Amino acid sequence: MLRFARWKVVSILAMTLVSIFLIVPSLLPADLRSAMQKTLPHWVPTQAIVLGLDLQGGAHLLLEVDSNDVLRSQLNNLRDDVRRILREENARLTGGIGLQGRMVQVRVPDAGDRGRALPKLRALAIPAGSSLGAVGAPVYEINEQADGLVQIIVTEAGVNERVRRAVDQTIEVLRRRVDALGTTEPNIQRQGADRVLVQVPGLQDTNRLKEILGTTAKLEFRMVADAGANPADVDQLDQTDQPGKIPVEKRVMVEGEDLTDAQPSFDQRSGEPIVNFRFNIRGGQRFGEATSANVGRPFAIVLDNKVISAPRILGPITGGSGQISGRFTVEQANNLSILLRAGALPAKLSIVEERTVGPGLGQDSIEAGKRAAYVAGVLVFCYMLITYGVFGIFADLALAIHIIMIFAGLVLLQATLTLPGIAGIVLTIGMAVDSNVLIYERIREESRAGRSVVSALDAGFNRAFATIIDSQSTMFVAAVILYFLGSGPVRGFAVSLGLGILTTVVTAVTMTRMMIALWFRFGRPQKLPI
Amino acid sequence: MRTFRLAPDNMTFGFMRLRRVSYPFSALMSIISVLMFLSWGLNFGIDFAGGTLMEVRAKSGQADLSALRGLGDRFALGEVEVQAFGGNADATLRIRLQPGGDAAQQAAVERVRETLGAAYEFRRVEVVGPRVSGELVQSGTLGVVLSIISVLIYLWFRYEWQLAIAAVIATMHDLLLTVGFFAVTRLEFNITSIAAILTIVGLSLNETVVVLDRIREMMKKYKKLPIPQMIDLSINAVLSRTIMTSTTTTLALLALVLFGGHVIQSFSLAMMWGVLVATYSSIFICSPILIYLGVRDATDKG
Repeated sequence: MLRFARWKVVSILAMTLVSIFLIVPSLLPADLRSAMQKTLPHWVPTQAIVLGLDLQGGAHLLLEVDSNDVLRSQLNNLRDDVRRILREENARLTGGIGLQGRMVQVRVPDAGDRGRALPKLRALAIPAGSSLGAVGAPVYEINEQADGLVQIIVTEAGVNERVRRAVDQTIEVLRRRVDALGTTEPNIQRQGADRVLVQVPGLQDTNRLKEILGTTAKLEFRMVADAGANPADVDQLDQTDQPGKIPVEKRVMVEGEDLTDAQPSFDQRSGEPIVNFRFNIRGGQRFGEATSANVGRPFAIVLDNKVISAPRILGPITGGSGQISGRFTVEQANNLSILLRAGALPAKLSIVEERTVGPGLGQDSIEAGKRAAYVAGVLVFCYMLITYGVFGIFADLALAIHIIMIFAGLVLLQATLTLPGIAGIVLTIGMAVDSNVLIYERIREESRAGRSVVSALDAGFNRAFATIIDSQSTMFVAAVILYFLGSGPVRGFAVSLGLGILTTVVTAVTMTRMMIALWFRFGRPQKLPI
Repeated sequence: MRTFRLAPDNMTFGFMRLRRVSYPFSALMSIISVLMFLSWGLNFGIDFAGGTLMEVRAKSGQADLSALRGLGDRFALGEVEVQAFGGNADATLRIRLQPGGDAAQQAAVERVRETLGAAYEFRRVEVVGPRVSGELVQSGTLGVVLSIISVLIYLWFRYEWQLAIAAVIATMHDLLLTVGFFAVTRLEFNITSIAAILTIVGLSLNETVVVLDRIREMMKKYKKLPIPQMIDLSINAVLSRTIMTSTTTTLALLALVLFGGHVIQSFSLAMMWGVLVATYSSIFICSPILIYLGVRDATDKG
């Protein structure tokens, strides 16, 4: 009991000092902290505690890629491929190429035609994405039915692979979009098979964020159909700025992916907000050709299947740039140019979960958490003091260091502090003293049983230790399960609770023991004060 | 120096005699919990039921609750639950899950936002779609089941079967009464409530382990003593610790309930209840079971 190895004393003091060192930056104002980051050497800790969205305010959006939409575009591509192959092989079909569920089917009555086309169709099934020699599962399955019916079915693996790629692409596009909003440290990550989590701290205008994230932004330039056009080649599309539909040719002249730049601007004559854009070489050429061939006719600028505007072509536009006007507000023009610059999403996105906290509530929560922590701290502090006297002071000291260590642990792990996380810390204030209580009560008991001061202290620590480990490990298991199952705020609770349990073993057991050993060495008391 | 204590030293209270009161009492409480759970169910929050929760603050300083309630009829959103809290300016709105999937949720939120945007500040908006809420139910259930399994495994390794059974019964008792607490108080049951329940499982086990450890120690020390007396002796020995710890934990939680803000109030309340129940069951439920299970045999063989 009285012997305490020097290295133990040194390492405990060092741990305490390092912990204090780690939490100092969090207490400083942000501008001082960033100044420190620039001037101080690398090893000096300058990182602050990471606050969760519920404390600093911000938006948490869980978006889901519409896998039906992905499948639909995959089937359309497949149908185009099948059509190309059959045409190349001069195969004769009865009926057209049909889409049904997850398959493309076509009837090729002549066996010779089938013999030539089938190997080429089979070649489609080899997954294009399986690089690095990985043998991926086939993307398509090809069935030959009676009377020349050929079915090409998209396999489960094929759909999954496409969805995976669509999510990758979506993340890239979303990142460009969110970056364009100029927010600090957005977090965009994949979640599960078909979801993307977007967290933007400190954002005020969530409506704008949702608008920018949720828009597919598929831009197309198409001709407005003539009165005499074949109805099969025409789509009736809605307009953004007025009711009524416009007949638009199905054929797309130029697509948004051929844009290299888009900027909001104002029309020089009308002063109305517009978006200026520039095509890449291919887009510029196509647009030039199309406009040359159709002078005098109107064309439609189509965004996500809605006509923004349908201006008349006054002359060939060959400069590779143009402008979109559509009675925009300034913000709409801004948003559209962000969307066009970032590119279109590969599939529709829907918001499946939204949690936004305003900065006001976040600040209130921090204040409330602090107040609760202070009150809990003072109550427990006093209660320990009046119950255990000097030993209570030791426990209180250990408690203070315990709290410092939890915060240091959070900084060190760069774990997120959430409101339930603060609750977890407050809870460990109550529970941390449990270890001390177990020890002290045991010491009292042993001393009442007639042991000398030293031997009561010794027995108290030793006997209580097993129980402390037992009882703390049960709580720790609960914290671990919570960590793996929870997300966001709940995970924050698990982290602070878990850290609290770990540090309590250090502070309540080892540190109090050291303090009591020192007290005994210098005081040589004949009687225990508890 | 005389120090303050809640439990006197050298207490010899006959806790085991009280089992004739505590068992019927707990049985009654458990039955009430089950009945309440089955008839009233839990007041599922949007995490599990899906839907929209909005916390608004009137810019004028006075929230117009009836106008807020009227939003439901005005936009055909179904019933909109409006609750005032804090000052006059604050209110929460709860909008049911809208038929028509995620897009319908967003449309409803947008309409309410547009209508209220001028007069109210949106302090918090949470929208949980039907599929996400289904998944949260799954992971929440999985969490509770997993924690129970890990508790069982832990006890299996740690104790003789009689003690393990006693601990399991005590933990289940606490779990049941906590669920009953949620059913009776109509506190909103959310993901954080699952966190509270798992913490209560931990706390309950914590209390139980301390008592059982002492019983096991006493069993070896006083082999001749009748079981009820031996258990009484053990409980009296750990009683001051049990009271001390539950007091400090309750004090901390009380601070959270009173000052921690409304966002985590139900979380803190549930945990406070859990501490009380766990303390009670470790003494009055867990330990007397050992009398019935004939715990002495185990140690003789072991």
